[in-house]
Amino acid sequence: MTDFLNGIHYNAWILPALLIIPLVGALLVGAHGATRSSRADADANAGPARQIAFWTLTIEFVVSCGLWWSFKIGMPGWQAGVDYAWIPAWGARFSVGIDGISLMLVLLTTLTMPLSILGGWTAIKSKIHAYLAVLLVLTTAMLGVFVARDLFFFYVMWEMMLIPMYLIIGIWGGQRRIYASLKFFIYTTLGSLLMLVAVIYLGVHNRDAVTGIPNFSLDAIIASGSLTPKASLWLFGGFFIAFAIKVPMFPFHTWLPDAHTEAPTAGSVILAGIMLKMGTFGFLRFALPLFPGASMNPTVRAIILTLGVIGILYGALVALVQPDFKKIVAYSSVSHLGFVMLGIFALTVQSVQGALLVMINHGISTGALFLLVGMIYERRHTRMLSDYGGIARVVPLFAAALTIVSFSSIGLPGLNGFVGEFLVLLGTFRSYPAFAFFATIGIIFSAWYLLRAIQGVIFNKLDNPDNEHIPDLNWREIGLLTPLIACMIWIGVYPAPILRRMQASAEQVVRTVQSAALNGPQRVSTLKGGE
Amino acid sequence: MAFDLSHPMQLIAALAPDIVIMVGAMVLMLVAAWGSESTERQRRVGVAAIGVCVISALSIIYFMVTHASAGGGVIAVDNFRWIVDLILLAATAGTIALMLDYNAREMILPAEAHTLVLLSTAGMMMLAAARDLTIVFLGIELMSIALYILTGMNRRSEKSAEGAIKYFLLGAFSTGFLLYGIALVYGATGTTNLTLIGERITAGQVMSTPMLFVGIGLLLIGFAFKVALAPFHMWAPDVYEGAPTPITAYMAAAVKAAAFAAFLRVFFEAFGGSAVVWHIAIWWLAAVTMVVGNVIALASRNIKRMLAYSSIAHAGYILVLLATGQALGSSAFLFYIVAYTLATFGAFGVVVALGQAGEPNLNIDDYAGLWTVRPWLSVSMGVCMLSLLGFPIFGGAGFFAKWYVIQAALQSAAPQTRLAVVLVLTSVISCGYYMYVVLVMFMKPRAAAETVSDPASVGSATRWVIGLSTVILLVLGIFPNSLVSLTQQPGSYLKPAQVAGVVHR
Repeated sequence: MTDFLNGIHYNAWILPALLIIPLVGALLVGAHGATRSSRADADANAGPARQIAFWTLTIEFVVSCGLWWSFKIGMPGWQAGVDYAWIPAWGARFSVGIDGISLMLVLLTTLTMPLSILGGWTAIKSKIHAYLAVLLVLTTAMLGVFVARDLFFFYVMWEMMLIPMYLIIGIWGGQRRIYASLKFFIYTTLGSLLMLVAVIYLGVHNRDAVTGIPNFSLDAIIASGSLTPKASLWLFGGFFIAFAIKVPMFPFHTWLPDAHTEAPTAGSVILAGIMLKMGTFGFLRFALPLFPGASMNPTVRAIILTLGVIGILYGALVALVQPDFKKIVAYSSVSHLGFVMLGIFALTVQSVQGALLVMINHGISTGALFLLVGMIYERRHTRMLSDYGGIARVVPLFAAALTIVSFSSIGLPGLNGFVGEFLVLLGTFRSYPAFAFFATIGIIFSAWYLLRAIQGVIFNKLDNPDNEHIPDLNWREIGLLTPLIACMIWIGVYPAPILRRMQASAEQVVRTVQSAALNGPQRVSTLKGGE
Repeated sequence: MAFDLSHPMQLIAALAPDIVIMVGAMVLMLVAAWGSESTERQRRVGVAAIGVCVISALSIIYFMVTHASAGGGVIAVDNFRWIVDLILLAATAGTIALMLDYNAREMILPAEAHTLVLLSTAGMMMLAAARDLTIVFLGIELMSIALYILTGMNRRSEKSAEGAIKYFLLGAFSTGFLLYGIALVYGATGTTNLTLIGERITAGQVMSTPMLFVGIGLLLIGFAFKVALAPFHMWAPDVYEGAPTPITAYMAAAVKAAAFAAFLRVFFEAFGGSAVVWHIAIWWLAAVTMVVGNVIALASRNIKRMLAYSSIAHAGYILVLLATGQALGSSAFLFYIVAYTLATFGAFGVVVALGQAGEPNLNIDDYAGLWTVRPWLSVSMGVCMLSLLGFPIFGGAGFFAKWYVIQAALQSAAPQTRLAVVLVLTSVISCGYYMYVVLVMFMKPRAAAETVSDPASVGSATRWVIGLSTVILLVLGIFPNSLVSLTQQPGSYLKPAQVAGVVHR
C-alpha cells in the first residue's frame, strides 16, 4: 500500500485535493440546480444532486483513507505538506500539512460527511440543492481548519465554517431555528473576532525586519517565541475565548443546546461530530504551543481544569433531567468535551492522547446518536422521551443500534468510549488526582442519563398506540450505521494503531509546552520539526 | 512623466482627468437643457455621462501606466490620487447606472440629475488631488452644492425635501468651520500649501501656537461633519433616508471616499508633525463613531437608515487608519474604500431593484423570504452584507479590508491595539443588523401572496451594477494580492510629516 501511494506521489497532492473535491462537488450540485426551471421543479428532481453530493464525499473519503497508510508513524512533524504563497504582500501562505493530531480528525471528517448526507436523505424536502452545496462547502472549510499550518489560512477557514452552519441551522432547522442560528453565529463571531486581533498581532510581531511583511507561519511564530509574558497572556486570552466558545467550555456553552437541538440531523451530526472538535483541536494545535507560558501558568491551568470538570458534571446533570432526547445528547457533548479539556490541560502524554481519542470517539458515538434520534424523529415527529416507550418490540434493529451506540457513549469497556476516557483519567490522575476523581463521577452520571433515555424510549411498557406501527430501519439507515458501529468496536478492542499514530505528536506537544514554559520567554529552538 | 506644476499648461495637463469630467458635465448640461423632459432623454444623457467617466478613467490609467509625477505644488500627482479617482469614477458610473432605472420609476425626469452627479464627482476628484487648503475648500464646495440639489431631486417626496434642507443647512455650517480652520492655519503657518505647512510645523517654530491648535481643531470638525463621524453625524440618517436611493449610495461611498482622501492627506502631509496634539481627538472620535454607528444601526428597521448608520460605523473604522498615523494606514485606506464602495453599491443596488414607485416598503422585514422569489438578488445582498461585516470568502474583499485596517493599527510605530479591540467588538455588534438582513431574506417565510406581490423585474443597468459589484468583491476575496501590492507601491501611500517622538497610547 505504502509503495503504491508513494508511486502516485500521494503526499504531494492529497491535502489540496481533499480541499478541492468538495468544492467541485458543490459546483456540480449548483449547476444541476441551475438547469431546473423553478424551485419546485428542482426540489422534485433532486435525486441526481443527492447522488452527486454523496458520491463526491464518498470519493473524498476513499481518497483520504490513503493518509492512514502514508502517514509515517513516530514522526512528530508535518507530513504531506504543501506550501504556496497566497498573498505575498501580507505574508499569507496557502500552507497545509497533517500530523498525529490532525490525521484522525481529518479521517473522522471525511467519514462523517457522506454519512450525514445519507442521514438527511429523505428528511430534507425543500431547497435541496442549496442544502447539499452548503454541506459540501462546509466540508472544505472544516478540513481546511484541520490541515492549516499558516495562521492566516487557518483563520479564513475557521470563519468560513461559520456561514454554512448558520444557514443549515437557520434554513433547514426546527421550530426555534432562527433564534438558535443567530445565537450560534453571534457567540462564535465574538470569539473569532477577538482571535483575529491576536492572529494579526502575532503575524505583525514576527514581521520581517527589512520588508515589514508579516509572517503567519505557525512554525516560525512558535520558534521565535519572543512574546513578553504579559502580551502572551492577553493573546492567549484572545485564542482562549474563540476556542472555549467552540468547545464549548462551561460558562460559554449556552449556544450549544439550542443549536444542536434545532439543527437538522445532518447539522447536529456535523456540529457534534466535527465542529465541536475545532475548539479542543485549536487548543492543542495553536493555543498551547503558541503560548506555553500562559497555558502552563498554574492559575490559568487551575481555572481551565476546574471549568472542564464543572462541564463534565454540569453537562451530565442537566442531561439527566431533559425530556427531549436530542437535548440529552446535546448536553452529553458538554460533558464529553469537558473530558477532552481535562486531558489537554493535564498535559501528560497519556492524557493528551486520551483527549485526542475522546475527540474521535465522541465524533463517532454522538454522531451516531444524533443520526438515530433523527431517524426516529422522521418516523414519529417527536423527540420527547415521554412519547415513546417499549418500542424495542416494534423496531428491534433500531433498539439494538441505539443500545450499542449508547453503551459506546457511556464508555462501556470493549467499546470505543472506554479507551479514551480511561486514558484521560489515567493521565490526569498522575498530576491532578482530585480533578480525576470528580471526572470519574461524571462517567457514572453519563451511564445514568443515557440508560434513563434508552429505557424510556425502547424499554418500559408499550403504552402509546401511535408507536405500534413504526417501520424499522431501512437499508439506507443500516448502511450508514454499520461503519460507525464497526469503528466503535474496532477502537474499543484494538486502539493501538490509532494511538501509535498519535503518540509522536502528542509527546511533542507536551514536551514543547513544558520545556518552553520552563525556559521562559526566550528562544526555543527544537519545536515542530520539519517535514 | 514629470509635471512642473508652476507651469500653467502642465498644471492643466495634470488636471486632465478632472477637466474631462467638468467639460463633459457642462456639455451634457447644455444637451439636457435643449429638449423636453422624458425618460428616453434622461436615459440617453445618463449613458453619455457614464461615457465621460470612462474617458476620464482611461486618462487616469494612462497617467498611472506612465508613472506621472510632480514636484511640490497645489495638486498631487501620485497613485494615491489616481486610485481614489478610479474608485470615485466607478462609484459615479454605478450611481448613474442605478439612476437610469430608478429615475424612470420615480418619475424624476430632469436629465440634469446626471450632470449634477458629474459635477459633484469633479469636486471629489479635486479633493483627492488637493495639496492646498484652498483646493480642499473648492473641492468640498463643488461636491456639496451639487449634492444638496441631488438630495432634493425627488420633488414628490417630502422626505427628500426635508433631507435636502437639513443637509444644506448643516453642510453650510460645517463649511464655516472648515473655512475658519483654514484661515487660522494660514495665520499660524503663513501658507495654505500642505507640504509647506508640514515643513513649517516639523521645523518646530509654530508647533505649539494656540492659533494652530484651534485651526486644526476647526478643520477636524469640518471634516468630521463631511464624513459623518459621531457626534457630528446627526444629519446623515435623515439625509440618507430622504435622498433618492442611488444618491444615497453615492453619498455613502463616493462622498466618504473623497472626503476621507482629503482628510488623510491634510492630516498626514500637513499636520503629521503635530500628531501629538490631534491623535487623542482622532482616537476618541474613532472609538465613539464605531460604537454609536453600530449600536444605532442595530435599532434601525428601515434598510436605508440601517445602511446610513452602518456607513457611519465604517467611517469610524477608516478613522482608525488615521489614528495609526502611518503610511501603511493610507495603503489600507485605499483597499478599504474599494471593498466598501463595492459592497455599498451592491447593497443599494438591491434596494433599488426591490423598490417600488414611491418607495413604500423599505423595511428590512419586507425582504422576508426573498430568497424564494429572487434567489440571485438575495445571494448578492447576502454577499454585500457579509462583506460589510468583514467575513472571509463569502463576504469577499470585506474581510481583507478589515484585516488590513487591523494590521495597519497593530503594525504602526505606536500600536493601536486597544482601538483594534474596539473595532472588532463593535464588529460583533454589527453582526446583529447585517446578519438580520441575511436572516430575513433566507430564513423567514415569504408573506402570503395577497399581501405582497412579487418584486418587479430588475432593470438591466441595475442588474449590471449588482452583478459586477458582487463578482468583483468575491474575486478580490480570494485573490487580493494585486490590489494589495498596488496600494503598497511608492506613491500609493501618503508619507506623514514627522518629527522625533511618536505618539503612544
